[in-house]
Amino acid sequence: MTSIATAGASVTEQHAAIAGARPWQRLVLLAVGLLVALGLPWFVYPPVAMDIAAWALFAVALDLLLGYCGLLSFGHAAFWGGSAYATGLIAIHLGVPFPLAVLGGAVFAMILAVPIGYLSVKRSGIYFAMVTLAFAQMLFFIANQASSLTGGENGLQGVPRSFFGIEAVETDAFFFYYAALPIILLGMWAAWRIVHSPFGRVLVAIRDNAPRARALGYDVERYKLIVFVLSAGLSGLAGGVFAVSHGFVALPELHWTTSGEVVLMTVLGGIGTLWGGVIGAGLIVMLADYLASSGFDGIGIVTGGVFVTVVLLFRRGIWGTARHLWLNRKRS
Amino acid sequence: MTSTTPTPRCALRTEGLTKDFRGFRAVSSVDLEVAEGTVHALVGPNGAGKTTLFNLLTGFLKPTSGRIMVFGDDVTGMAPERITHRGVARSFQITSLFENLTPREHVEIALQGLTNQGLRFWRSEKLLGRRRDEVDRLLAEVGLTELADKPTGLMAYGQKRALELALVLAVEPKLLLLDEPTAGMGIEDVDRTIELVRRIAEGRTVVFVDHNMHVVGQLADRVTVLQQGSVLAEGPYDEVRADPRVITAYLGEAHSA
Ligand SMILES: Nc1ncnc2c1ncn2[C@@H]1O[C@H](COP(=O)(O)OP(=O)(O)OP(=O)(O)O)[C@@H](O)[C@H]1O
Ligand SMILES: [Mg+2]
Repeated sequence: MTSIATAGASVTEQHAAIAGARPWQRLVLLAVGLLVALGLPWFVYPPVAMDIAAWALFAVALDLLLGYCGLLSFGHAAFWGGSAYATGLIAIHLGVPFPLAVLGGAVFAMILAVPIGYLSVKRSGIYFAMVTLAFAQMLFFIANQASSLTGGENGLQGVPRSFFGIEAVETDAFFFYYAALPIILLGMWAAWRIVHSPFGRVLVAIRDNAPRARALGYDVERYKLIVFVLSAGLSGLAGGVFAVSHGFVALPELHWTTSGEVVLMTVLGGIGTLWGGVIGAGLIVMLADYLASSGFDGIGIVTGGVFVTVVLLFRRGIWGTARHLWLNRKRS
Repeated sequence: MTSTTPTPRCALRTEGLTKDFRGFRAVSSVDLEVAEGTVHALVGPNGAGKTTLFNLLTGFLKPTSGRIMVFGDDVTGMAPERITHRGVARSFQITSLFENLTPREHVEIALQGLTNQGLRFWRSEKLLGRRRDEVDRLLAEVGLTELADKPTGLMAYGQKRALELALVLAVEPKLLLLDEPTAGMGIEDVDRTIELVRRIAEGRTVVFVDHNMHVVGQLADRVTVLQQGSVLAEGPYDEVRADPRVITAYLGEAHSA
């Protein structure tokens, strides 16, 4: 597990990338990213476009923990799915505009993350993964049992998409995408801000050499807990948007396979690259959609195969490899 | 550099400090007293327990028994970061740096270690650059001005040792624990480091480990000799040096080497 974490692109490389990239190059990248985000529902079936955006934010949130803190969570479904249920319940029972419901879901995910994080950040490596997995599974069983509240195996049906009475958004997936996109972009901006903050710098130091950071006076567990809660909050934003987009919450959102899927997307895109997860998410969601619509039911085998191939051939993931090649091209 | 102040306060005191590793006693009821403002050397053959003692003093290891007092307060069992907050900074025998940060970023991180500013996840990392003058001064102090923005991973061993010292200084400690600050250095770097330690010892208390008797003689007010975890001798350098037990146990061996 730790060998996966260390396979991420080094921060020196990121620094080199930042230092090497001229401001205009960064602006071009940003512009391309925004154009893709804005144009996506023109090329992809709008509900699928929304899925890609939500999973992309989820993967970015996981990379915050995996890539910048070296902590591999195998229970992030708890925050994605937990927020999905909370968002759904708020939307159903309070009838508030969906962005408020999503915000409520994200806050719920963060509250949930405090005790889970408190107990798990004391561990590292495989043990951290196991503790997070255990908590997520616990939540899965609770949601399954509390069927009067969650609908149990039938899922939480009839999540409304209330948006200030603007009917186009409430009924049409194409317009809904544009109403929900700002939430996703806000989440991505937050992740970028966190990584490039004094806090983010300390995270890198802790990941490189935790005892040294402690000797300098940093309370390592406190930093890990905070990044855990922040990552959960961003995962919650993503899960909430996903729930509203689908109009219902299915039990598998809390299942460990969901946790596994987001790890797969992040690793595929490139650990410690932040934006790699966006590419990983886009690839996996579109592949799954293509396979499902062509009636193929071995999705897991294909995505797993893609995953193994990419990880074996490009240790740094897609984004990480691209960046590496770009930097080396400039050097030679 | 002898301390002649009347009844100097204790910067560091241990009582019966003991550490067992699965039945093996690495540190054995050590009573240590270091007066404030002095430079104290800890010497002894390989495996004597010097680094283990440092790890106990800085909270990286929990003692099996005994007590540790820093500036009069009991810090036994305290977490490393909390001991740092009490004005204790240490360097590591095996160079311990952040591979992905430049020397400048190292010092920036070290400077904010005692504040809560590292928690500001909502601010720009440019904030870290605000104390540029202090960073430049510290890097100049250890002779790393030129390398400030180069990758740390590519630096030479002696330069890494220098950065290690800059990190300790950035914490503005009252008590410094230096584990073999000159290990593996060439003669020029050793002399530079002696000068540096002498300068930073002004108004501070320093405990250091070194195998180089030249360094010990130049810097130390007092010397404690450890052997197999126990204190073999303690006193001013010249006295300890002349102690026949020490000569047989350690100095003689080192001199003949
Ligand atoms: N974590 C540990 N577990 C088990 N034994 C240990 C541990 N750390 C140190 N030791 C043992 O304790 C003894 C003292 O080691 P220590 O590193 O403190 O010696 P030292 O005086 O610093 O030696 P050197 O001069 O070589 O640095 C050694 O025999 C070492 O093998
Ligand atoms: Mg040692």
